[in-house]
Amino acid sequence: MVIFLQNLVNALQWGSFYALIALGYSMVYSILMLFNFAHGDIFMVGSYIGFGVSMALIALASWGVVAVPNWLILVLTILFSMFLTSFVGMIVERVGYRPLRDAPRASAAITGLMIGIILETGNLALLGARRISFPSLIATTTYDVGGVFVTNKKIMIVLVSLLLALALHQFVRRTKWGMAIRAMAFDSAVVPLMGVPLNTMIALTFALGSALAAAAGILFGVAYPVLDPYMGILFGWKAFVAAILGGRGSVMGATLAGFLLGFTEIFVAMIFPSTLRDLIAYSIILLILTFRPHGFFGEPYSARLRL
Amino acid sequence: MGLLNRNILVPFSRVPLLGWFFGALVAVTLERLAGTPLAQVLGLQKIPVLFGLSVMLKNPVLIPNVILYTLLIYIVPMAVATRLSISLTNGIAASLFRFPMAITAAVHLALLYAILHLWAGISDYRVLVLRLTLIAVMLTLSLNVINGYMGEFSCSHPGFMALGAYCASVLTIGLFVDAQLVGVASLPPALGPFLFPVALILGGCVASIGALFVAIPSFRTRGDYLAIISLAFMFIVKSLIENLEFVRGPRGLSGQPDWADLPTVFLWTVLCVWSINNFTRSTIGKALNAVRDNEMAAEAMTVDTRRTKIVAFLFGAFWAGVAGGLFAHVMRYVNPGNFGIQNLAEVLAMVYFGGLNSVYGSIVGAVSISLLGEALRPLEIFKWIIIPLLLILVMIYRPTGLIAFRDLDVKNLLKPKQKPDTEA
Repeated sequence: MVIFLQNLVNALQWGSFYALIALGYSMVYSILMLFNFAHGDIFMVGSYIGFGVSMALIALASWGVVAVPNWLILVLTILFSMFLTSFVGMIVERVGYRPLRDAPRASAAITGLMIGIILETGNLALLGARRISFPSLIATTTYDVGGVFVTNKKIMIVLVSLLLALALHQFVRRTKWGMAIRAMAFDSAVVPLMGVPLNTMIALTFALGSALAAAAGILFGVAYPVLDPYMGILFGWKAFVAAILGGRGSVMGATLAGFLLGFTEIFVAMIFPSTLRDLIAYSIILLILTFRPHGFFGEPYSARLRL
Repeated sequence: MGLLNRNILVPFSRVPLLGWFFGALVAVTLERLAGTPLAQVLGLQKIPVLFGLSVMLKNPVLIPNVILYTLLIYIVPMAVATRLSISLTNGIAASLFRFPMAITAAVHLALLYAILHLWAGISDYRVLVLRLTLIAVMLTLSLNVINGYMGEFSCSHPGFMALGAYCASVLTIGLFVDAQLVGVASLPPALGPFLFPVALILGGCVASIGALFVAIPSFRTRGDYLAIISLAFMFIVKSLIENLEFVRGPRGLSGQPDWADLPTVFLWTVLCVWSINNFTRSTIGKALNAVRDNEMAAEAMTVDTRRTKIVAFLFGAFWAGVAGGLFAHVMRYVNPGNFGIQNLAEVLAMVYFGGLNSVYGSIVGAVSISLLGEALRPLEIFKWIIIPLLLILVMIYRPTGLIAFRDLDVKNLLKPKQKPDTEA
């Protein structure tokens, strides 16, 4: 039971990365009906931007320009990096997706993949192949709750990601911008005729998704403080799986599926040898999609004639 | 453009394919005979291997020399020989054209092989690059059947390739190599080259069986969900192989016999191009296009969509498996890491660069991306900025690829061009 709970805590942390990244896929999908395959690498870029911002803030603080506690630096890092990375997302949209809006969707997928490769290689060329260690901004405190070890970092990561997911949900439900996004997801041909600026809305979804990916990147840096240029690939593809599993374009679904994927991976590794993790996790996903091909919250697809 | 047409292209408008082959043959023979002395005269250490691209990138001072070399060895002799032999080659092509198509095609292929053999004979590096390029052509074509002709977005190709590669390797290593997998070799090595095709075909069949796992879910879903299913399949295959101690898990399998030489790979590639071209021009090939354009309408028009989908997946996976088997025997070492996301991105890039729904396009895409990859090697990692940028530009200006939706009409390709083109 203790082992189970311990793994549950780990799975919650692991799943929050997937959930935050999957949200970005889902946001873009809801309007453009295509997946931004560069998203995993935007997560990586966000993590590096977070590294840069936190180093700059630490330097400022150590010169005594501003006396700030470390937790405030972390909060500022997250906010600044989300802001900066949202521009990366908008640039990716402007360069890679806007010229291809009327092209077949597979072509846009290829551009996305290629932009991802450019981001990875560009990072490698700029910063070299060494791994960068993320500054440890908050000291780790471990709480022992009946044999289950919970660190303050884990609690923070899970809380922040849930908070961000909730904020996005509220944004999409409650604000005028969110209403425009939902309307566009419902019918992206008619809504621009009603005076909703199409390009701005699409850029907004890219910005939101990238900001969340940046938050995930910094939280990842806090938990596992080693960054490398290729870290986005595996996370990106797995979060993509989660976004699909949740049902396309669904905020709730993407969050849930992200956590579910985290749980599956952690618990498979708990029961079986950890080398079997991918094998079993993906077999389960294959089974789920075979019996529920449209994900948890998606619309079913049918091309068979119903007579 | 008009100037270019009038002065350069018109004199060559009546050259049949045979004429171009003849010119290329002259050029590669010339390189064989006079390449090394000329290279030394021009101050190059040896014959530039890939048309001098890597030399130019490594040492920009030598650019004029390399261009001069290329002009003297390839372009001028080829142009002169092609232009002078127009009436001769047209005559030969016309007389060849009276024979059955198979013979005409065989003569052309023999000539093509002779050109490639002479060209590659200069260095081992060229042989390796050529074999890998031919394998890339097979892979790209087989993916084009699924992604181009049928319009799915399948990401499982590295998985099919891995199945074929491992199955063929296990067979050849297990049966013909001592003390590798199952102890002493059970068959004499002399039999090997004869049983090698069997191993490749079995590898292809195993890949086809694997393809059922993607094909059957494709009945109920398509688009993004199928992309995920195929992606999951790819991860599963990779992870499965990593966990199989029998094939040495992540350490990889090495010591495959050296049977995949240039003629073998060339023959298999020809077989692959021929069968895929015929497949896509057949009724079921047209049914694939119907399924892509509108599945419901296709079904209403009596197309059996399930059968069409399953056949396309099995067929594409079969050739991917064969290509994987050849790849394993060219490299003589495979490990699960060969068949990951990186490989997927490469194959997808080749398909979409060259053009969907087109055999020409796949050949052009595979050849240009592999050669570009080799030629830009001196740039190290910047290679992976230039190639993606190029691909993005192609996608922006030609979203379906360079040469999309074009049939490979062999008869039209091989026919003599006696009369000047009146259509233009």
